[in-house]
Amino acid sequence: MSAPLLEAEGLVRRYAMRRGLFGRGVEIAAVDGVSLRIEAGRTLGLVGESGCGKSTTGRLVLGLERPDAGSVRFEGRPMPPPGTAEWRRLRARMQMVFQDPLGALDRRLPIGEQIREPLDIHGLLDPAARQARVFDLLHAVGLREDHAARYPHELSGGQRQRAVLARALATGPSLLVADEPISALDVSIQAQVMNLLADIQARFGIAMLFISHDLRAVRQLSHRIAVMYLGRIVEEGEPDAVLHDPAHPYARALVSAIPHPGRAVRRILLPGDPPNPADRPPGCAFHPRCPAAVARCRAESPALKPRADGRLVACHVAQGEAEAPIRQAA
Amino acid sequence: MSGLVAITGLTVAFSGQPALRGVDLAVGRGEAVGLVGESGCGKSVTWLAALGLLPSRAEIGGSVRLEGEELIGAPPARLERVRGGRIAMIFQDPASSLNPVHRVGRQIAEALSLHRGLEGASARAEARRLLDLVGIPDASRRLDAYPHEFSGGQNQRVMIAMALAGRPELLVADEPTTALDVTIQAQILDLLHSLRREFGMALVLISHDLGVVSETCERVAVMYAGRIVEEAPTERIFADPRHPYTRGLLGALPPLAGPKRRLASIPGGVPEPWAMPPGCAFAPRCAAHRPECDRAAPHPLPVAPGHRAACLRATEPAAAEPVPA
Repeated sequence: MSAPLLEAEGLVRRYAMRRGLFGRGVEIAAVDGVSLRIEAGRTLGLVGESGCGKSTTGRLVLGLERPDAGSVRFEGRPMPPPGTAEWRRLRARMQMVFQDPLGALDRRLPIGEQIREPLDIHGLLDPAARQARVFDLLHAVGLREDHAARYPHELSGGQRQRAVLARALATGPSLLVADEPISALDVSIQAQVMNLLADIQARFGIAMLFISHDLRAVRQLSHRIAVMYLGRIVEEGEPDAVLHDPAHPYARALVSAIPHPGRAVRRILLPGDPPNPADRPPGCAFHPRCPAAVARCRAESPALKPRADGRLVACHVAQGEAEAPIRQAA
Repeated sequence: MSGLVAITGLTVAFSGQPALRGVDLAVGRGEAVGLVGESGCGKSVTWLAALGLLPSRAEIGGSVRLEGEELIGAPPARLERVRGGRIAMIFQDPASSLNPVHRVGRQIAEALSLHRGLEGASARAEARRLLDLVGIPDASRRLDAYPHEFSGGQNQRVMIAMALAGRPELLVADEPTTALDVTIQAQILDLLHSLRREFGMALVLISHDLGVVSETCERVAVMYAGRIVEEAPTERIFADPRHPYTRGLLGALPPLAGPKRRLASIPGGVPEPWAMPPGCAFAPRCAAHRPECDRAAPHPLPVAPGHRAACLRATEPAAAEPVPA
């Protein structure tokens, strides 16, 4: 296998949090030992519910935050410390797109200037060629040249997300981290943006880390998917393998929760709330909500490791290391 | 099924700009109806208008009858008894619908006092029973908690408990699970389903998500630019959609199985209220557009029992493109 474009090893990010007004500070691990690799021109989909650490993982990968442990390598070389000239040069090759395009754009500047800005900052192209590049980028994301003079409030939500994408593409990045880029858009516009992301990848060969809670969107765009729960990857594999035959009980519940139009499905209802990283259960973090948990799950945290079929799963029961409990009649 | 609410020719305009352009919708006793559409199509405005919750500058026309009694233009005191009494409504963001400085038990008790005249210990006992009913564990202790001490899913359960306080015959749930995680969404949909079965309560589920609606509702109405463009029993809307917009919405949903295909996205965007096309509002985005579509807004045509679609070609299934599986 060729060397991956991006390789992250054992990333850990802890935050200090105070409990209550006079409470003692506690340390919570938002990301707790995440390793991932993204090949050039391919997409890794990162799925999970709010608070699972998927956005923090995206920020760590870009070097926007420094990990408390672990390392990120880009094209085989370690990530330079944030803020250095070398890091800034590298950042031109890795870009990020967020959920809220209006928040990501400057309301006081026409979008043409905002798309041009990264070219000015990184000193790419001679100034005369930059305007032509802006028009090329507008075309690439399905906007017109006359959109360059418009302000963000004059565009629709879908057009704004296109403008954000054009700006991200300005420096010719080889990696795009897209954090819930379609969640704030209407269904028909979501489809437009998903098609656009696929087109951009095909045309420019960009690798993507696609972060989403939406399993349908993740399947549509990803070559591999990783499911996160409470700061760790619990399952990783080919999209259709994971979606059609999820191995981890959490992945199973997540897949069964996808609404199916026109089909009544039996779904696995998980008890309880999404977990709180400040209150991480001992052993497997999922065991209090897990229908398959056995005694070992309460005591020992399962490692993420390959099964015979190559799927990575972090579960004692799915790995056949613990007896599954006797199933109760549903 | 006997009629509970009948909406006919409902129109709403804000400073002369139309938001609803003639909505007809009936909800039977105990029935679950899904109202689907994208932002700005008028699905929430329909029910805010029906319950008198729009600001006074809104110009409202048409009729909303609750078992024959007209709600449009009804005196505020009358509407206040209906709201939270016979018809309750819950919204997307439960945290902003609850008062952050009052304990949830007190907020439920207030609804019980208003709609059922319960006070003191009996109100508290009933509030505890309601919290228990919506699946809040340790209900008697949690009565004294504040909204910020609950998670998003639990706050939505508290809102549902408050909505149930007036023993409503109809619950209007406006995007009740949109702000929640998928596994919590599954819990709330399950709760709505079991409450409906238990109390025979009718449900209007407003959502942008066809999947959510299909699992919960017997009938679906699809809205576009202030009108209902298609209405059918749930199985039919997925098996045999007749309006190009409904087909577009279904085609825009990434499939979970089978070969990956380019998504059938609908080109362009929703028309602005001040620039409505002369005929069918969907015509500028429609692949099956013909000149006669621009003459007048099409009336709903009956396709099958309980199934109508506002498209000139609604009755010719072969003419339009099939929805990819």
